[in-house]
Amino acid sequence: MEEIAKPETLLDKLAEQLKTLLTERAIDQPLMVGIHTGGVWVANALHQKLSLEQPLYTLDISFYRDDFSRIGMNPQVKPSNLPSQIDDRHIILVDDVLHTGRTIRAAMNEIFDYGRPASIILVCLIERSGRELPIQANVVGQYLHLEDNQHIKLTGPEPLEFVVE
Amino acid sequence: MSQLLIKQGHLLDPANKLNRRADLYIENGNIVAIDTTPDNFNADQIIDAEGLMVIPGIVDLCARLREPGLEYKATIHSETVAAAMSGITTLCCPPDTDPVIDEPAVVELINHTTANAAHSNVLMLGALTTGLKGELLSEMQALQIAGCVGLSNGRQPIANTLVLKRAYAYAANCGLTVFIEPDDHWLSAGGCAHEGTIASRLGLKGIPVSAETVALARALEIVAETGVKAHFGRLSSAASVAMIRRAKDDGLNITADVSAHQLHLNEFDISSFNSACHVLPPLRSQRDQEALQRGIADGTLDAICSDHQPHDPDAKESPFAGTEPGISALATLLPLAIRLADQNIADIETVIRAITSTPAAILGANTGSLSVGSRADICIFNRDTSWQLNESNIHSAGKNSPFIGWNFQNRVEHTIVGGTLIHSHAD
Amino acid sequence: MVNKASRPTDSLIGHDAWNIQLDTNGHLKHFLTVEGLSTALLTNILDTAESFANINAQSVKKVPLLRGKTIANLFFEASTRTRNTFELAAKRLSADVLNVNISTSATSKGETLMDTLQNLQAMQCDMFVVRHNQSGAAHYIANRVAPGISVINAGDGSHAHPTQAMLDMFTIRRNKGDNFGQLRVAIVGDVLHSRVARSQIHALNILNTGNVRVIAPKTLIPAGVEDMGVEVFNNMEEGIRDADVVIMLRLQKERMQGALLPSEQEYFQMYGLTEKRLRLAKPDAIVMHPGPINRGVEIESSVADGPQSVILEQVTNGISVRMAVMSMALGREPETSEAEKA
Repeated sequence: MEEIAKPETLLDKLAEQLKTLLTERAIDQPLMVGIHTGGVWVANALHQKLSLEQPLYTLDISFYRDDFSRIGMNPQVKPSNLPSQIDDRHIILVDDVLHTGRTIRAAMNEIFDYGRPASIILVCLIERSGRELPIQANVVGQYLHLEDNQHIKLTGPEPLEFVVE
Repeated sequence: MSQLLIKQGHLLDPANKLNRRADLYIENGNIVAIDTTPDNFNADQIIDAEGLMVIPGIVDLCARLREPGLEYKATIHSETVAAAMSGITTLCCPPDTDPVIDEPAVVELINHTTANAAHSNVLMLGALTTGLKGELLSEMQALQIAGCVGLSNGRQPIANTLVLKRAYAYAANCGLTVFIEPDDHWLSAGGCAHEGTIASRLGLKGIPVSAETVALARALEIVAETGVKAHFGRLSSAASVAMIRRAKDDGLNITADVSAHQLHLNEFDISSFNSACHVLPPLRSQRDQEALQRGIADGTLDAICSDHQPHDPDAKESPFAGTEPGISALATLLPLAIRLADQNIADIETVIRAITSTPAAILGANTGSLSVGSRADICIFNRDTSWQLNESNIHSAGKNSPFIGWNFQNRVEHTIVGGTLIHSHAD
Repeated sequence: MVNKASRPTDSLIGHDAWNIQLDTNGHLKHFLTVEGLSTALLTNILDTAESFANINAQSVKKVPLLRGKTIANLFFEASTRTRNTFELAAKRLSADVLNVNISTSATSKGETLMDTLQNLQAMQCDMFVVRHNQSGAAHYIANRVAPGISVINAGDGSHAHPTQAMLDMFTIRRNKGDNFGQLRVAIVGDVLHSRVARSQIHALNILNTGNVRVIAPKTLIPAGVEDMGVEVFNNMEEGIRDADVVIMLRLQKERMQGALLPSEQEYFQMYGLTEKRLRLAKPDAIVMHPGPINRGVEIESSVADGPQSVILEQVTNGISVRMAVMSMALGREPETSEAEKA
């Protein structure tokens, strides 16, 4: 298995690439949204590094999961904190690990319940093999190939570390 | 004419203190001998009762046949067949039919039907007041002549105490026994469960013990003043048992019964809103249940009846309070009575007496014993066979019993009424 | 076959009937009564309601959890308020709602109840929310629905109103923290006829409340209520002393007809929650009422509208709690079929 870079290193790389992308697309005043829980840690760091003016927003996808009937209610749902005005705004959606793509699907559904964004840029610290939906990230820290039975997790918030099982 | 021999059964006849193996000889509908073969006896039929119990046919003090008036629930035919299959050879029905048994014509109507359709013997109580309304006296002597063995107002109230007193006095005048189910109409109105912890938890309107004891006290006072012979039926509380005991000790000529289900169930049994346990009077506390059991054991309570109330399925298809009260109880009278003995609460002679000779005496019927010369009404059952009550072996038209699923130890093998074998288990 | 010769256990908790509320995985399937449920399950309901409370505070209050599910409100007893909160809760979960209104007079017979049920089942609803004027109605229906359908009791006769009790517990927890052991809670009013009071008493005890009291005249106290785990007071001043939570119950006008009370005025004199009486409770005591309020009968207007009253908060909490219960009941792991087990 490839060596995984430290989260700190990847965060710097993400910040650089994202800055470049935003300039390319001439996006001014984007709204950054972190997905609970790991995505919020990553978004926190990025938000600081990019010195974004707009506040950091967060969302919890529990109520939008597609496997609700199978796994049931999760009582520890964290509150989503999304801006009331999404229409025509550019969103930077941040998560820690992109795997099957279902989390991102759920997050986008939740965003669209709030309004119609101009665009969504997806930023992930790690992108791993095993995509099940046609979802792709715009900015990726590191790509990993993992077997189906392997899992990678970001622990935190301090210190941020990868755990592979 | 017909001669029947019951061979080597274990005879249990408390009236004659008989409790041993013997042969029983029947001729022309009567018992003619025990042990010794009578002269010129050539049995047309022999029943091998080896290993079986032979008791007098069971006499049930209170069983509703639903005919006339409620034939969609049951009929005289269906219920007397069911009674016979349960070893019950005589049953007494209360007057709350439709029309009420307050006129000789209704008595004749029922007699006519039973003559054609009945298997067990049916005795009737006439109404104490016309229409059971508690206002005017019925023609008690006419009812007696027509064949009623006693009088009753069912569970309908006689609100006016003066009318109550005059009705009892008139009944005494006719030499008739008054059969009383003590219930104070205002205290019990709208209630469906024993007023206590369980009913409170379940949010069901309760019927306090005082609904029974207030009516019982009132009736006892009037019975004492009028000198009428009285029988108190379907008692449900420890307090009532104590009052009966005191009244008897004071020399009052009274008897009392309890329904078989009250001896084996209590308020906990309605816990899951089990409407099969919705009965009136309600199932009371464990303490009350134990006092009723002791009452049978020590003779304060004289008899056990079934209080049979067969219902159509819809009658029990509702949340608890909306269901009609009552249990289809013929099939379980014998097994529940004997269970009392099996649980060492009362001895076997006491319980058998409570369903044979004592109720027969209360009704003034020539049955309930194996005395030579008495009518050959006999129940033969197997003490060792295990069986489980379910809808297919409740022979009554009504399947409403909370005992479905219970295992019982005693099974009726043969029933003889008036010397004729009218039921055998193999049927 | 079970030999039923022996008496079932005296303890009602854990009796078979209450297990009909849980599926084979121990998850909530029907919500008929609080009685017999575990502390953990009740806490789970409260925690889940907390998440939904957050949703209800957002600008977009809808989540797609129960999209495609149909919830039928079967209200055999008229009630606009409760039905509205259930309907709102269902819609915020993106479920389809069917309001079935049946007049009470037609339903005193069991057959109409069964017919209604069968018709609804033919329409393939996933959940019935039932309110009925007879105790045991919700159990009756739960015992007869097709497998896979959940039943929520919105109030059955005088027996139970479990969602009301849970929203009351949720309100208490939000105001007083989750250590119920330190609380003295007083329930005041017509306990005899109150399904709300019964459910509240069960919930408070399961959540290990320090002291649960009922305060009412003797005529309005059910027989043996102490066995449910409450201390009984017939004197308002004594009962309310040092209470942390005061729950007022509604007094219905019919009680005067049944010779249970002489008049509303006398009731208010003896048991009404006035500002003066409220001062006997703890200074930070909260005042609750399941509604609708009878001003001047069980509670003084100034108290109902005063700073210690959380009555309006209860209404809002009702939506979150009902969303929680509905999503827990309909969002369960499918139970393993017998074939799979083998």
